[in-house]
Amino acid sequence: MVFGLANPQRFLSVTRHAPAILGGLAAILFAVGVWLSFTAPEDYQQGDTVRIMFVHVPAAWLSLMVYAVLGGASFFALVFRHVLADVAARAAAPLGAAFTALALVTGSLWGRPMWGTWWEWDARLTSVLVLFLFYLGYMALRASIDDEAKAGRAASVLALVGLINLPIVKFSVDWWNTLHQPTSVLRLDGPTMTADLLAPLLVMAGAYTTLFLALWITAIHGEIRARRAAALQLKAAGRA
Amino acid sequence: MSAFLTLYRRELSLAWGRGGGALMACGFYACIAALVPLAVGSEPERLRAVAPGVAWIALALSTLLSLERLYERDYEDGTLDLLALGPAPLAAVAAAKGLAQWTAGGLPLALAAPVAALMLGAPAAMAPLVFAAALVGGLGFAFVGAMGAALALGARRGGVLIALVVLPLFAPPVIFGAGALHAFSEGLNWGPGFALLAAYSLAAVALTPFAAAAAVRNALD
Repeated sequence: MVFGLANPQRFLSVTRHAPAILGGLAAILFAVGVWLSFTAPEDYQQGDTVRIMFVHVPAAWLSLMVYAVLGGASFFALVFRHVLADVAARAAAPLGAAFTALALVTGSLWGRPMWGTWWEWDARLTSVLVLFLFYLGYMALRASIDDEAKAGRAASVLALVGLINLPIVKFSVDWWNTLHQPTSVLRLDGPTMTADLLAPLLVMAGAYTTLFLALWITAIHGEIRARRAAALQLKAAGRA
Repeated sequence: MSAFLTLYRRELSLAWGRGGGALMACGFYACIAALVPLAVGSEPERLRAVAPGVAWIALALSTLLSLERLYERDYEDGTLDLLALGPAPLAAVAAAKGLAQWTAGGLPLALAAPVAALMLGAPAAMAPLVFAAALVGGLGFAFVGAMGAALALGARRGGVLIALVVLPLFAPPVIFGAGALHAFSEGLNWGPGFALLAAYSLAAVALTPFAAAAAVRNALD
């Protein structure tokens, strides 16, 4: 399927309505998720503040998932020279950085009432900050090389090297003594949260994911059209 | 093998630069170590607490100094094209550059590190561990730094870009190396941190030459 969509024209025609459909789905999921978040019961310890979790945790999940997408797209771009994989990686990077920044900021807002501090240099927070720096390094490398194709390949190599950071972020709360909550959802023994708090979390995670997909596909469309416009400009300049 | 040795000798003489490369890196290191008490305050207790960490951070930053010209120099005068066509694979060229960076820059810095740590108030018993950790960690820093230099080849604002690309990758060895030193200063077992530091450096030696070779090939055509 991945290679079937390598043709830009085919990709555009197959996903023509995808941003609108996914955007509508995301809006519905956000509406349901926000309603569930506000009607979920209070935590016995944290009271109403626990509701920040429904914004913070999906953002953190997305920040890791988007980096994995970035790594996968870079792999296809580098190894198989998949035409659209490079475009997809370029489109995914700013979105991933935005989700990571959102996770850091909302986590800080949650930490102030819970831990009494805006920031702590424990393993999970530091490794997510390093993940944010990886995104910035990727975007900086991409932007600094003038030749588009060369920039894409160099940035793909960097993205693949940075994949090592993903397991470190995910398992940092288990490997080191940290202040941050240990793993409570994606565990071998099953989630430790009750269903009435797990449901809003999963709905919001679905909302964030569909939002990412809608924005990502829109960005890919934009990039394809921008490249076409540039090629047409060159052609017109050649004729003149 | 002889091709690799020839390359290594060439890179070593370029990196050593009749003592200039090594001495400048040590001078930079000494400057950072000298600025720390001015910034942190000169109370011995406070300095002793940050001594191992500062020695480690300064090591990471000093490695960045000579990276910008590592590949640019050969790229500009056409040597890199010849190296790409030559008998040795590009990964061997990249490995020779990394190894030369470590030998010419990392070894003198590893000698300077315990001196700086002691001057900042670390206990004298820690000096051998600081030297060993700087030696082993310096290997990882040199190879990852060389890969960053290859990735940024042909880019604008190369120096700062290399730093931005490479410093997040320096985070694991900084964590493990400083962790081992802190464990030692508190009387805990420093073995695991040191072992993880060595693991990172060996993984860097094994894997980064291939990434650097791919980046060089990308920049050349």
